[in-house]
Amino acid sequence: MYTLFLTIFILFLTSCDVSQLNNPYPPNKTGKSILYSSFSERPNHLDPAISYSANENVFIGQIYEPAYQYNYLKRPYQLEPLTATKMPVIEYFNLQGDKVDGRDIGSIAFTDYTITIKPGIKYQFHPAFIEANRKLRPEQIAEINALSDFDQLGTRELIAADYVYQIKRLADPKKQSPIAGVMKNYILGFDEFSKQIGEQSVSLKNISGVEVLGRYRYKIRIKGKYPQFKFWLAMPFFAPMPWEAEVFYQQQGLSDKNISLDWFPVGTGPYYLTENNPNQRMVLAKNPNYHEDKYPSEGEAGDKEKGLLLDAEKLMPFIDKVVYTLEKETIPYWNKFLQGYYDASGISSDSFDQAVQFIGDGDAKLTDTMEAKGIRLQTAVTTSIFYLGFNMLDPVIGGGSVSARKIRQAISIAIDYEEYISIFQNGRGLPAQGMLPYGIYGYEENKAGINPVVYDWVDGQYQRKSINSAEKLMREAGYPKGVNPATGESLVLYFDTTSVSVDDRPRMNWYRKQFAKLGIKLVIRATDYNRFQEKMRTGSGQMFLWGWNADYPDPENFFFLLYSKNGKVKYGGENAVNYHNAEFDKLFEQMRNMDNGKQRLEIIQKMQSIVRKDAPWVFGFFPKSFSLFHGWYKNVKPNLMANNRLKYTRIDVKERELKREQWNQAVFWPLIVAFIFFLIVLFPAVRAFKHRAKETVQ
Amino acid sequence: MIQYILRRCLYAIPLLVGVNILTFILFFVVNNTDDMARMQLGQKHVTEQSIQNWKQQHGYNLPLLWNQQASSSEKFTKTIFFQKSMGLFILDFGLSESGRNIAADIKQRMWPSLSIALPSLVVGLLVNISVALMMVLFRNTYLEFSSIVLCVILMSISSLFYIIGGQFFIGKLLKLVPISGYDTGFSAIKFLILPVLIGVVSGIGSGARWYRTLFLEEVEKDYVRTARAKGLTETQVLFKHVLKNAMIPILTGVVVVLPLLFMGSLIMESFFSIPGLGSYTIDAINRQDFAIVRSMVFLGSALYIIGLILTDISYSFVDPRVRLT
Repeated sequence: MYTLFLTIFILFLTSCDVSQLNNPYPPNKTGKSILYSSFSERPNHLDPAISYSANENVFIGQIYEPAYQYNYLKRPYQLEPLTATKMPVIEYFNLQGDKVDGRDIGSIAFTDYTITIKPGIKYQFHPAFIEANRKLRPEQIAEINALSDFDQLGTRELIAADYVYQIKRLADPKKQSPIAGVMKNYILGFDEFSKQIGEQSVSLKNISGVEVLGRYRYKIRIKGKYPQFKFWLAMPFFAPMPWEAEVFYQQQGLSDKNISLDWFPVGTGPYYLTENNPNQRMVLAKNPNYHEDKYPSEGEAGDKEKGLLLDAEKLMPFIDKVVYTLEKETIPYWNKFLQGYYDASGISSDSFDQAVQFIGDGDAKLTDTMEAKGIRLQTAVTTSIFYLGFNMLDPVIGGGSVSARKIRQAISIAIDYEEYISIFQNGRGLPAQGMLPYGIYGYEENKAGINPVVYDWVDGQYQRKSINSAEKLMREAGYPKGVNPATGESLVLYFDTTSVSVDDRPRMNWYRKQFAKLGIKLVIRATDYNRFQEKMRTGSGQMFLWGWNADYPDPENFFFLLYSKNGKVKYGGENAVNYHNAEFDKLFEQMRNMDNGKQRLEIIQKMQSIVRKDAPWVFGFFPKSFSLFHGWYKNVKPNLMANNRLKYTRIDVKERELKREQWNQAVFWPLIVAFIFFLIVLFPAVRAFKHRAKETVQ
Repeated sequence: MIQYILRRCLYAIPLLVGVNILTFILFFVVNNTDDMARMQLGQKHVTEQSIQNWKQQHGYNLPLLWNQQASSSEKFTKTIFFQKSMGLFILDFGLSESGRNIAADIKQRMWPSLSIALPSLVVGLLVNISVALMMVLFRNTYLEFSSIVLCVILMSISSLFYIIGGQFFIGKLLKLVPISGYDTGFSAIKFLILPVLIGVVSGIGSGARWYRTLFLEEVEKDYVRTARAKGLTETQVLFKHVLKNAMIPILTGVVVVLPLLFMGSLIMESFFSIPGLGSYTIDAINRQDFAIVRSMVFLGSALYIIGLILTDISYSFVDPRVRLT
């Protein structure tokens, strides 16, 4: 009998397909062109007027289409038309309304951006485009629980008025658009519109500077000259919004079921949202109405060799569906990536050593295990900067005095960011030589690009100045060995931070050690986020860590962080250190209105020199992103500006299936061994028990 | 009994009001309405005007607890506390600060929480009772001694270790089930095997020892000696008599936690990507979403009170000596 059972059991095991028992996806999805990705934090908004986070752009960047986009392959980053037929026609006018030359900055009062969009572009299918769905009765709404409950779906052509409608939404105070404060300084009539609209619908009024010129043409008039405005036109804020969508979602009762424009976008992009459960899964599917859009046929040097032009001129998008799953923890995510159930992954510090090793000259390379799996590594310096800021309003380290400046310079030398990157960033960063990261116009490499206050150029490489140079600066500042001769006590500086967890302690201790090199006693003031922000607003902090991620690839988007009229305390702006230097301000005002060219470059270099000398920041580092991709994930190139990268990528489904099967064969024998072991342990006990039971009877 | 239940429900009202006031005070001691607005509006380009707009739109432009400017009863009703908290008593949770309907979110998220918590509780209970009975059955043998040692070891291990270890061994090395994830309907089963197994194994140490203590206390009683004297076997004594009498403290202990099963488990849900309620409150605290925090604290308190009432009721059912008056 036992033998029979055993035989059946073995036959059962051998007849089962034991591959991919651990597959987290339904079996009917196998072999389809589906990209599997994840998100660790639920998006808060998917309305392009409100959304301003990278984790939200991942979704809306594929759904909404601004008139312009960044070329996927070319570097430096450059804009190209997306729904527009060509780049905007830019015209300059003086106060009298006469056309003037763009170089005559002094006389420019207004700039007109005229944009013509392609005809025939259609929105995704959506219930909002059916008139009856916009006039639902309460009893009809009561029966609706999801957008899929609507039987009738419609579409319509994209028109210029949709872009204008969206700009009005940006100005609507009820929408709380994060860029409303910026745009009111530029778009003519924007602020007036915001003040007048009140509770009314934005359809009822117009912004004086934004005009529909025809079915496919619209014009935006901005105050003065602001060449960076074109970059804003490539952001989802300036994507079109059909008025029907807003009317549809405003119906009483839909928002009670979380059916709102903030959660269910309506766009013309390559994908549309089919499932929106931010607690579990977000699913994008290919938009059947997507307009003709071809993969680029040109890139930068080397792209062809990397196979990035194999799909040139082919119609996009290539992937049919994208499933984003909420994964809050990095360990399960990483393991699923290794099993082939995610197509790409970042590298957390837990798995860094398993994935990456550094070779001789500091270049990152995949470990042999990763290479054996056919995984590829891509690195890119992000257009972001992390820095240590000195509050320039502080009486000890702030201001323009020579003594304070020398202390700041000395600290800049003493804080060894090369070591920091190596210890805390796993080598994922570049020490910053100034304000501009790699890839931004004005960034210079080699000797011309180094910060001469902190570094020397030795044997073709930058080298941090010795601590003796920093000590010399401290002596000159009146603090030999960090001691104030008047009091005989060490200089005490305060460092405000929100890093309060146990994990942050080594980092804080490291900062203490850096300051101790100069004899400065560093007091860490750990505080919660709210109090920290309050200190920044009131200027009561002394030193702090801060960062900036570029909105667009232009030096203006970095230098404005030190423009005095953006001072945090005085104006509530982004100049968190409250830096004020009249010469820098003057150069900034000049530079921001200029087109790229030799003159602009010269001004940028002057500005870099000023801030390097004044050292209101210890220029920390530019983070480097490390991403891993399976071999079957094609056409992947880091593009830190584009939000709509998905449509360019492709999955080799066959290769993925093959690898998944190979990597995921279930293993049963340890369970059988464990079961046998359990029986062996139990057997003597059962015997002992039976023996005892017999004894009792006797 | 109905009178008793009604009285307990009425007692619950001041308790819930108290919890509400306490939550409100604690939340606003740490955050002010400007902080909340800044958190919701993001970090870039936030102006004073946008903060004021946000507060007005979300009803945070009123005084917190007392409106000096208003007249008569409006001094109390035109406050953030009244406007935001009173709806809870008719189970109107309102919208979160990011605009999502909280009741819809809770309704959606409580089922995944329950789908992991309920099997863990039931299977855990069965396993713990079985192990405890086995320890009592084999008392004074090497099996009991080694089981106690094993229980102490199991109790001493952090729950995080069970989760990571379980995912590594069963999900990664043996590749028997998905490492994490969730689906609806029957497709959820393959995702629930591992978390339920880990939930059960991690609870054996403390559970089995606790039940063993209860059973040992019972086996020393007179009725057990009588049963043995009647000639019943040890297994009959244990399963027919001891288990039945020991069920009273077990049952009351289980009933009290039943309503709270909806609230989910933070770590378990996080690691297994279960879209439950476990992290809902913590995420809301991190995002300074007062609407969710007050709703979840209110719901948690109400469920706890319901659990206590159910315990009293169940006690009267299993022990005829108890009368609810």
